Amino acid sequence: MLRPSSWRGAMLLRSQYPDASPICGGTDLMVDINFGRARPATLLDLTSVEDIDSWELIDDGRTVRIGAGMSYTRIIDELSGLCPALAQAARTIGSPQIRNRGTVAGNLATASPAGDSHPVLLACWAQVEAESVRGLRLIDIDDFFVGPKRSALEPDELIRAVRVPAATGPQQFAKVGPRNAMVIATVSFALNLDTATPRVGTGIGSAGPTPLRARAAEQMLQDSLDDRWDAPGSVDEDVGRQFGALVAEAASPIDDVRGSAEYRRHALAVLGRRCLSWALQDLGEGEVAA
Amino acid sequence: MTVIETPTRITTPSVVDGVGASATRPDGVPKVDGSFIYSSDEYHDGSLWGVTLRSPHPRARILAIDTSQAEGIDGVRCVLTHRDVPGSKTYGMKVYDEPVLAFDEVRYQGEPVAVVAASHPEIARRACELIVVDYEELVPNTDPEMSLTGRVDGLFGGGLARHVRIRHGDVGAARALADVVVEGRYEMGTQDPAFLGPESGLAVPLGDGGVELYVSCQNLHLDQQQVADCLGLPLDKVRLVLSGVGGAFGGKEDLNVHIHACMLALRTGRPVRMVYSREESFFGHVHRHPAIADIELGATRDGRLLFTKVRLVLDGGAYTSTSQVVIANGCYFAAGAYDVANVEIDGFATYTNNPPCGAMRGFGAVQSCYAIESAMDRLAAALEMHPLELRMRNAIGEGDMLPTGQPVDGPAPVQEILAYLRDLPLPAGVDHGTADMRARPGGVGNVTRGEGIRRGVGYALGMKAIGFSGGMDDTCTARVTVWIRDGEPVAEVYCAGPELGQGVVTLEAQIARTELGVRTVELRDKDTDIAESGASSASRQSWMTAGAVAGACGLVRDEILARGARALGRPAGELTLDGPEIRDPAGHPLVPVAEVLGPEAVSHAFTYRHRPTEPVDDERGQGNAHVAFAYAAHRAVVDVDVELGLVKVVEMATAQDVGKAMNPAGVEGQIEGGTVQGLGLAVMEELQITDGRVRNPSFTDYLIPTMLDVPPMPMKIFEFPHPDSPYGLNGVGEPPNLSSTPAILNALRDATGLELPRAPVRPSDLITEPPDGRAEPE
Repeated sequence: MLRPSSWRGAMLLRSQYPDASPICGGTDLMVDINFGRARPATLLDLTSVEDIDSWELIDDGRTVRIGAGMSYTRIIDELSGLCPALAQAARTIGSPQIRNRGTVAGNLATASPAGDSHPVLLACWAQVEAESVRGLRLIDIDDFFVGPKRSALEPDELIRAVRVPAATGPQQFAKVGPRNAMVIATVSFALNLDTATPRVGTGIGSAGPTPLRARAAEQMLQDSLDDRWDAPGSVDEDVGRQFGALVAEAASPIDDVRGSAEYRRHALAVLGRRCLSWALQDLGEGEVAA
Repeated sequence: MTVIETPTRITTPSVVDGVGASATRPDGVPKVDGSFIYSSDEYHDGSLWGVTLRSPHPRARILAIDTSQAEGIDGVRCVLTHRDVPGSKTYGMKVYDEPVLAFDEVRYQGEPVAVVAASHPEIARRACELIVVDYEELVPNTDPEMSLTGRVDGLFGGGLARHVRIRHGDVGAARALADVVVEGRYEMGTQDPAFLGPESGLAVPLGDGGVELYVSCQNLHLDQQQVADCLGLPLDKVRLVLSGVGGAFGGKEDLNVHIHACMLALRTGRPVRMVYSREESFFGHVHRHPAIADIELGATRDGRLLFTKVRLVLDGGAYTSTSQVVIANGCYFAAGAYDVANVEIDGFATYTNNPPCGAMRGFGAVQSCYAIESAMDRLAAALEMHPLELRMRNAIGEGDMLPTGQPVDGPAPVQEILAYLRDLPLPAGVDHGTADMRARPGGVGNVTRGEGIRRGVGYALGMKAIGFSGGMDDTCTARVTVWIRDGEPVAEVYCAGPELGQGVVTLEAQIARTELGVRTVELRDKDTDIAESGASSASRQSWMTAGAVAGACGLVRDEILARGARALGRPAGELTLDGPEIRDPAGHPLVPVAEVLGPEAVSHAFTYRHRPTEPVDDERGQGNAHVAFAYAAHRAVVDVDVELGLVKVVEMATAQDVGKAMNPAGVEGQIEGGTVQGLGLAVMEELQITDGRVRNPSFTDYLIPTMLDVPPMPMKIFEFPHPDSPYGLNGVGEPPNLSSTPAILNALRDATGLELPRAPVRPSDLITEPPDGRAEPE
């Protein structure tokens, strides 16, 4: 067990022990260890590292930089205004005990297609701060997920923070599971109407080998909104249906114990349509969703 | 010698908490503050850890087992296989057919093949991985319909464990008279008991060649017999002590770590602890039988049931466990709590290479209640009659004849139970535009603001026997001892009836306080040194223990009063015992009990028996098989999102007759727990099994209800005293588990208009609308 107290120390140990498993909240890793699926020889315990459990505004207040050790509970409590979809995703994660320990950075490091933060990070065009003794680099979220439970992180890198653009318009996150709380997503969907640019962002969870972006849906909606960002009430209901259908088409789900591929596609079409209708309603009311 | 910490001698110093009071559980605070000793906490200095190697295959021939590599690891003390089983190579609750450790063939995925003792659990686990088992994989038989032929190679009995036939009246003649006939097939998946305290225990070898086992279980004496047989030891060399049980629900009636831990302890001469992991636990205990039920009901135009015909198939998996009795119990109540003169029931329990199934809360009656209550709603629809009205017209009552030919005796207040549900106002609708997301289907998932939501209401009624049926003359023995401490009488209660969490220890103390007036009651460890109490199962333990403890208290009281009579020179019949005093009929104190007893203790044992029962005959299934009956009903209110198939159970109202609420808070807890376990079976709980392999052996994917899935439960507890039982009580634990599931299914059918022939429902089963939302209501 390696227990650095500084970020610098953590990176040095990471470079010396590239096989060590970083652990912070432990809500993913400990499940694997307890089930005998993982037996890491060494753990790199980041819980004592200073200054990674907070957030700050950077980029003239346009971006929220979330430290790697910041819990979901604090995201819900402190960022539901700046990052409403991320806070909503955090609310759906596990139990209160898990939300007290789990982190977005841990979610990213595991890179599961079912990670609840991921669709939101995609929809918001987040960037991941990956750092090693070699230096800091920013990974665009679209380049981060490279395969099932595989990310673009190098063996000597640690996630230091996640940069999430602050919401400029309505955001939504919705997650389907057969239980009303504490459930792994059967499918999930995030939508971000960025009114500043303006542009449309989406993210799909649990419906492919990695978290996915529904590009065709984004494009279609962007075209439909075109010059109507200020008058969304005039957006046709058919747009919602098409949008949902395109979200479903973007997925490449499988059958497993949590649901069938067919159900996942169906549910995504519903979530896409519903999330859009709520976002347009919020947009019409000139509000950032809370 | 090290002290073994177990939760012994709990003192409850209050005279007010007698029978009928919501006395505080002696184990309540320790369970909340974490100090309670569960069987997984049992510790002994110098103990080794035992770990089990299990078959990865649902069916395979064992060609060879090589343990040499595993034995060579530092820290490994022994590796045992079937060759090392000292006595009987098999065990079982009814039939000895389950190998202690597999030989020749493995018959289900997860069957134990070898056990290892090592100085550390991780060393033992790694040693298990180094045991080389040469398997020849065989094609598993997993279809119960095939097993019904009784001609499947490789299965016991060719696949058929038991066929139960019940014939009453003349179904053929009744069918000709029926105005309306409905048929239906209803399936149920495999539910897991999902207790939170995994199988675990500590075996301590004794100097005389015997062994002491601290374990969580449901029947100390039946376990003792099987353990002794397999160890090749006489009963007096095998002592079992009940450790803290973290839930059981039937899943701890069969043995788990017992024999393995004892074998390892006896071989190494060291105490051995075993604790199953969560994943292993799913393979380490029996499940609720999955079911297929075909039902045909016939009725007159005005809703009088004329006949009921049922074919029920329960798959018992690889070994017998209690399958033959579960199918019998399922058949006894397959016609429901209804007065119907013409009945044909055929029940089959099968063997397959699926995971073994056995006892689980409701014991077969859950499956048949789900089927008959589903069919009753179909009949109500065909008759265009309110489902509650149909039930009230046919509800069974005192004196009515069961399909087994036994007249219903004891209170049968089914009309009262149903009337409560009829008259209870329905819960208000939810304004989904403004309501907290936790009040909507999908909960915190934030999937709807009212889109696609339909409300449904459903009813179900259940009936089950209480206690062991069919000629099993079971007994329960308790010993009560009273002595004087600091001038006050203290009572000790000693009874082996296992405390699983249901609260029997609370009742033991309540009864002693009521019968003896004592303030202080101490509860002795439950072990096999006293005569048997029978299993904590069949909703029987409160009844049986109450009879035994009250009987023993009566003997103690009589002796104290007789001694007082001698001291006072008055007839004992004029005296009463009230805690520290012996009083005259007017209540005046005559002499302190302390003075009468002095330093002597008064101690008596009493063995309680329920009324005798008889087995049913093989041909027609007729006989007075039951001790007593209990009834409960539910009204479920659900909101369903018909585009996503997600459910919010809004309310579960229930009414039940309990005879006497011995501990009202405990009764409410049992009814709430049983209702929630039924809710889980309705909407989420299923062990998914494909080709004999369990696909979701974890609490990540075997979902049980959370706080946010559990609705308010308005409840009416009726107390119609049972004439045959101590204090008039009746069994409480199982009935709420029966009607909960079909009430929810019926509510979901009401909401969606779908047939929903299978429980638990999955989200994809509940979708009535296309994803584009074009069928939204105006």
